[in-house]
Amino acid sequence: MKRMSWFNVTSLTLGFAFLYLPMIILVIYSFNASKLVTVWAGFSTRWYGELVQNEAFLDAAWVTIKVAVMSSTLATVLGTMAAYVLVRGGRFLGRTLFSGMIYAPLVMPEVITGLSLLLLFIGIGLDRGVLTIVLAHTTFSMCYVSVVVSSRLVTFDRSLEEAALDLGCSGWDAFRLVTLPIIAPAVISGWLLAFTLSLDDLVIASFTSGPSATTLPIKIFSAVRLGVSPEINALSTIMIAIVTVGVITASLVTKRNATRAEADTRAAERAQA
Amino acid sequence: MRRFALIAVPYVWLLALFLVPFIIVFKISLSDLALSIPPYTPTMRDGIGDMFAAFDFENFVFLTEDDLYWKAYLSSLRIALISTFMTLLVGYPIAYGMAKAPDEWRATLMMLVILPFWTSFLIRVYAWMGILSNEGLLNQFLLWLGLINEPLVILNTNLAVYIGIIYTYLPFMILPIYAALDRLDESLNEAAEDLGCSRMQAFWLVTIPLSKNGIIAGSFLVFIPALGEFVIPSLLGGSGTLMIGKILWEEFFNNRDWPVASAVAVVLLLILVIPIVLFQRNQQKQAEAEQ
Repeated sequence: MKRMSWFNVTSLTLGFAFLYLPMIILVIYSFNASKLVTVWAGFSTRWYGELVQNEAFLDAAWVTIKVAVMSSTLATVLGTMAAYVLVRGGRFLGRTLFSGMIYAPLVMPEVITGLSLLLLFIGIGLDRGVLTIVLAHTTFSMCYVSVVVSSRLVTFDRSLEEAALDLGCSGWDAFRLVTLPIIAPAVISGWLLAFTLSLDDLVIASFTSGPSATTLPIKIFSAVRLGVSPEINALSTIMIAIVTVGVITASLVTKRNATRAEADTRAAERAQA
Repeated sequence: MRRFALIAVPYVWLLALFLVPFIIVFKISLSDLALSIPPYTPTMRDGIGDMFAAFDFENFVFLTEDDLYWKAYLSSLRIALISTFMTLLVGYPIAYGMAKAPDEWRATLMMLVILPFWTSFLIRVYAWMGILSNEGLLNQFLLWLGLINEPLVILNTNLAVYIGIIYTYLPFMILPIYAALDRLDESLNEAAEDLGCSRMQAFWLVTIPLSKNGIIAGSFLVFIPALGEFVIPSLLGGSGTLMIGKILWEEFFNNRDWPVASAVAVVLLLILVIPIVLFQRNQQKQAEAEQ
């Protein structure tokens, strides 16, 4: 093992301090007894208590989760289809336009996406609410899903599919029994990405939501505009905790699967020898 | 038949919810305010002829006449450029340190860079509000150190916007640079040093040019979203912070001037096309070079 120079150790330490200190401070101050976020007045879980009783926040959280589950599931189906079309579809009329529409939303400023969708919904007379947010979120997150899934499809050994077809599978069976299990990790991470993007989105949701449906980011944004509040710190802490647990679990599972696959390969090699 | 459905479903979805809305924005940007408060006319139902007859470039002319918009576009460009450069300065040493770290740390370091990306953007911006305010922790800390006598005004200035952009987009800068540095062959630097370069010279003449692709990719990944940013300038910036995303929002939600908001969107898009095309070209060139 080579030793790291002091310069590299310093830059890593400072860099990660910069990335994590603000969030650590945010978490610490969520346990502050004082209403003033900047003065420490002893440990308390008071703000969590108030948060649980705040119905406006709970309603918004429920709407947000509903929207995220629906839009990410829909986006995963559509995005996987789009990825399949891009990688395996061959030539068809308007292929360039199609791939353009897949990549464009990734770089489109959210204000423009939000504005354009709102104008469409008003134009066709669709009332704004949960449905319109789901449609909007599905549209931009399916593009992320399709990028993730197509990067997996590109590296995928096509002869496996052909073998299944030769052995009498129908096209759909070959997809279901061979392709899908192999690209499943990418499909799952695509779903998670779509879910997170939906949970996180403020701008597009603000444009496409109506008075009947307010999501959590909209609620947080309007509270935060008035200044820092310990209740928002408590809410943020809960969200950070969920993400941290989720990401760490996911990486442990991936690691375990990788070790297992390695062990399998080794066992297979031994059996052959 | 099945193939047709497979192509048609995502295709029609994107046409209806991505392309058509876009055309509507374009159309409304060419219509008049008086007609354009809902129901803005001319609508499709009134016939195509009427629709085109009422089109004009008034809103775009308005954008050039009112210097607020010019200033906002220029200041968005400036803020995005400066903060991209600062993100590069902060991100490069981190990526470099990661690439030089022992192998067994790398997966963990990588996860630590990606983790903030999964955390809510809004929360990450909000975290800085408590730190940068006049009574905030940064000022308390500096006062305690005795470095300053009076609290510095950072929140609600452009400086806070820079800090916010650097903080939230840092992973986008670190990851491509790390990917480029990771592939770098150590022996090239050793060769340069053997041939009489100092370490610093070897770094400038070998490492930096060979990580150029990572630097370019990272810079575009920060610059493009920073240009249309809304959340950061509206939470951390002040009334003097002009950014086009914020102007568009205010034009739409506060002034309810849809045609002007649409015209702002069209111009923003035109400005974005240049860096996006450059980025695409760069990515393609890189992909070809790898083959």
